[in-house]
Amino acid sequence: MFHCSTADKIKSMNNKLRIGWFSFTCCEDSTIIFTELLNTHWKNWKNSIEFAHAKVLKKSPEIIPEMDVAFVEGAITGDKQEEKLNNIRQKAKILVAIGSCAVVGSPSNQRNFFNRSQLEEIKPILERFKYKEKVLKLSEIVKVDDVVPGCPMNEQVFLQIMDKYLNTNPLSFRENEATEKSSEETSDVPKRK
Amino acid sequence: MHDINDHFDPDNFDINLSEISKIEGAASLEIKVRDKKIEDLKFSISEWKRFYTQAIQGKPAVAIPQLVARICGTCSNAHLLCSIKAIENALSILPSNQTKLLRKLLHFGLLIRDHALHLYIFALPDIYNKNSILEFDENDTVQNQLLEDTFAVKEVGNQLSIIIGGRSVHAPNPTIGGFHKLPKIDDLKNLRPKLQQIRPKIINLVEIFAKVTSVLKPRIQPSFSSLTSDDFSFLDGIMKSAAGKALSERELDKYLEAVIIPYSHARGFKLNGNLMMVGALARLNLSKQSLHPKTKIDINNYLSLFPSSNIYHNNLAQAIEILHVIDTSLDIIDRLNEIAEEKPPKITPKESVGVGIIEAPRGTLYHKYKIDSQGLVKKAEIIVPTGQNQVLMEKGIYEQTERLLLEDADKEKITLEAEKLIRAFDPCMSCASHFLQVNWR
Repeated sequence: MFHCSTADKIKSMNNKLRIGWFSFTCCEDSTIIFTELLNTHWKNWKNSIEFAHAKVLKKSPEIIPEMDVAFVEGAITGDKQEEKLNNIRQKAKILVAIGSCAVVGSPSNQRNFFNRSQLEEIKPILERFKYKEKVLKLSEIVKVDDVVPGCPMNEQVFLQIMDKYLNTNPLSFRENEATEKSSEETSDVPKRK
Repeated sequence: MHDINDHFDPDNFDINLSEISKIEGAASLEIKVRDKKIEDLKFSISEWKRFYTQAIQGKPAVAIPQLVARICGTCSNAHLLCSIKAIENALSILPSNQTKLLRKLLHFGLLIRDHALHLYIFALPDIYNKNSILEFDENDTVQNQLLEDTFAVKEVGNQLSIIIGGRSVHAPNPTIGGFHKLPKIDDLKNLRPKLQQIRPKIINLVEIFAKVTSVLKPRIQPSFSSLTSDDFSFLDGIMKSAAGKALSERELDKYLEAVIIPYSHARGFKLNGNLMMVGALARLNLSKQSLHPKTKIDINNYLSLFPSSNIYHNNLAQAIEILHVIDTSLDIIDRLNEIAEEKPPKITPKESVGVGIIEAPRGTLYHKYKIDSQGLVKKAEIIVPTGQNQVLMEKGIYEQTERLLLEDADKEKITLEAEKLIRAFDPCMSCASHFLQVNWR
């Protein structure tokens, strides 16, 4: 988990926090909550944040750009999604799992608990579109720095995390990245990445 | 997003939009042009399935509404209300008049928020040649006002849903037969001036979309269908098609023919073998006379545009619907002087089949459950609006692209216009892709 002093206040090159908003397999309820939070928070955020990638709000680049913070909702159910998530992780200094499907996998992972006859019913689809054998939560694939649980995401937790990163010194990000990389190399916790 | 070739040949090119922006969920478009003719065109829904119709099997019917609300974050409360209606029909539960009115307000909150999200955030930037509503120029009086209106209108819809449902997404308060927790009358009365304040903003929005000159009239006119009622209620009424024919609700799945689209994660539909379209345009085409009287007065100049087969008029129809639900919500709030402490009824399971049909923001939503004597769901069928529009969407993109090629439009123009047309349909991919065909025996 990332920690920083809230007294430090500088961001990216243009002094804005570069954020990305990504959705994988889910109902995109947290995207809706996020767009509703803009109703009352955009005026406060507009000079502090920049959307590097947010498909719901703008045409966004196909190549995942460098970001300070990537907010990622949804579970991972296909290999291409896993590849994209790894790409996001590489490009983002901080990755935040948004909502229940990203944080714990449910309810998008309900097929993980299907009985034999239910699995037989869905098998042709799984094979045709090359689904993964099991639906995975984000932390089963990449390192997750922060989580916003809830279905939809808990608004107050999200706002606290936004505030935390809006008040983060990017130099601390980099120091943290270096420390995390070093600890990952020696960690006993298996990571797929 | 675009796959722009370095050395562009205007007669031979490929368009590959792997992730279409400013829509709900994931969809992609591939167009292959050779010798200035379309060699291949595929519009596909690329959301991965979550298999809700399978997951529902064996679960208690009383737990289903909150589960199926998670099919879609955008229209979750529409799934919630449709599921409740299906189970109430199965178990012969009649909601009170108060419950019916509060459900209407909950749905109207969703309609204001959802149509506003589509019109302001997704469609309006196309009209002003902007990438995003957030890039509207704050020093330009008109653009700044539209940015302010975006947030003001969405917020009022959001608040209406929160007051009634307890939350605007996956509302926890509505349940089978009534509400777990009832709203406070003072909260509703306090929202009244805010509803009134956004009314002129919506009339302005109607005028903006009425001036849009884009046209796509499919060569074969689709069969428009929707739930129709004297008060344009969205939640009750009779299913009708443009031919004026009433469709039996219990047997709607027999009129709808599932179309398997091999490259899409979602299935399409035809109505009695014809191309079909549901949503705001279908509703206005079939029921404009049932709009609120105040709405009809203020947008009278534009009502004559309907019935229309121009797909782009779906945006205008949505703007008109926002005004209608504001006016109807104001009436309901004025009529409500108190909210009685009604408790939801005790539920007695019985072997039955229940169908619920409502008009979700994007069109007719259909839930059908077969329930056993223990109150467990044996089978479920859910048909969503975007599935019903999917075949026409692809055909519409094809016809528009063909026309643009004849007009010597370049790849960038063809791509942009395809995106605009897809947005005009206002598809919801989260809804569309999570079911399998169910065989009812």
